[in-house]
Amino acid sequence: MACFRCPGCGYTYDESQGDAHEGYPPGTPFEDLPEDFVCPDCAVREKGDFERARE
Amino acid sequence: MTSYTLDHPTLGHIEYRDRKRYLWLSSLFMPLFPMLGIGLFFVTGSQWALAVPLVFSYGVIPFLDYALGSDTNNPPEEIVPQLEEDRYYRVLTWLTVPMHFIVLIAIAWFVGTQSLTVWSVLALAITAGSYSGLGINTAHELGHKKPLFERVLARIVLAVPAYGHFCIEHNRGHHKDVATPEDPASSRMGESIYAFALREIPGAFRRGWAVERERLARLGLPVWSPRNEILQSYALSAVLQGALIVAFGWIMLPFLLVHNIWAWFQLTSANYIEHYGLLRQKEANGRYERCQPHHSWNANYIFSNIVLFHLERHSDHHANPTRRYQSLRNFDDIPELPNGYYGMYLLAYVPWLWYRVMDRRLLALPHIRGDLSKVNIAPDKREAILARHGQVAGVTA
Ligand SMILES: [Zn+2]
Repeated sequence: MACFRCPGCGYTYDESQGDAHEGYPPGTPFEDLPEDFVCPDCAVREKGDFERARE
Repeated sequence: MTSYTLDHPTLGHIEYRDRKRYLWLSSLFMPLFPMLGIGLFFVTGSQWALAVPLVFSYGVIPFLDYALGSDTNNPPEEIVPQLEEDRYYRVLTWLTVPMHFIVLIAIAWFVGTQSLTVWSVLALAITAGSYSGLGINTAHELGHKKPLFERVLARIVLAVPAYGHFCIEHNRGHHKDVATPEDPASSRMGESIYAFALREIPGAFRRGWAVERERLARLGLPVWSPRNEILQSYALSAVLQGALIVAFGWIMLPFLLVHNIWAWFQLTSANYIEHYGLLRQKEANGRYERCQPHHSWNANYIFSNIVLFHLERHSDHHANPTRRYQSLRNFDDIPELPNGYYGMYLLAYVPWLWYRVMDRRLLALPHIRGDLSKVNIAPDKREAILARHGQVAGVTA
């Protein structure tokens, strides 16, 4: 499982954790997040802006 | 005074002292201003004293912005991470939260227990509403932060003006759609603040609820769930304002109505002046360009910035929404308002004067230079604006 990082604010989406508050259960691949996904913390960066982070 | 230092590989030794450090304590003393009128009333016995806080907000603050001028403090970007870590600043925002409850309850007590003229009740409701509008500003600062504790505090303080949907709608709606025609919280050229209020208040309400409904649906929960964060805040509003009605009687109904509306209108006023006419361009893929520093109006006046947790350094806020108030920076060459927010609110309340001052300023911005295709224009005013300013574009384009 990979991590994806918001280049603006540093929010990290960890696929193994998901994001419970946002309603993405553990194991949800980043790819499966909705196309209009925006960073839950800053909302400035969109799905396409996220960078794969080293685990 | 605390100083922050850093040995930077290329820039060398950097040292910064925050000369505003202790000025930020004023957020704890701010409640004295709404209470000042009541204090003076007990001293002088005159109900005119109750107007003093309003004179302060709309007369003294704009004057002090003019008189004290710009704020030359600007933390170097390299120092920002250290400033962010300094817990002193965040504790001040936490302590501001109970102040908003205390002031509303104190003013409600005064209204409920004294025999006052209608005008005095109105002045007190507006004074309380102004301070609760500042509560939305406190919620704004807290609601953008990552720690859950601060987000919960934001929800709590939003209960005072009964505006629990604000943080959700603002963070996830406004910050995404800012400076586009789709954003109900970005004002358009030719749109008066009154027309804007009728678009912004219901628009923000709908968007906040839509965002929260979607989140709950992903969690498999209905919208009427105890985990609905908007409802949590509204529930606290109902308890607070319901208790005031029970304690101080029916006079609280008009008092709280004016209080709530005035607090919301403070937010409307801030939204109105923060992005007036500014427009993000669409890129080839049909998406809007990312929000740039020239998509927000800024004011760098020291006095009102201290009152508003640096909200007026708005371009940096939109570039870095999770950044804490003490580290927001001012930049040269960004859209600049001719006075602080309070002075600009007054100007906005007189639309023809607002257009006179701001339309010229808007069209003169370096990225616009009279090109109306780069302006967010009110659709019903488009023809009139093109007829009036169209040739400017013809000359320079
Ligand atoms: Zn982010």
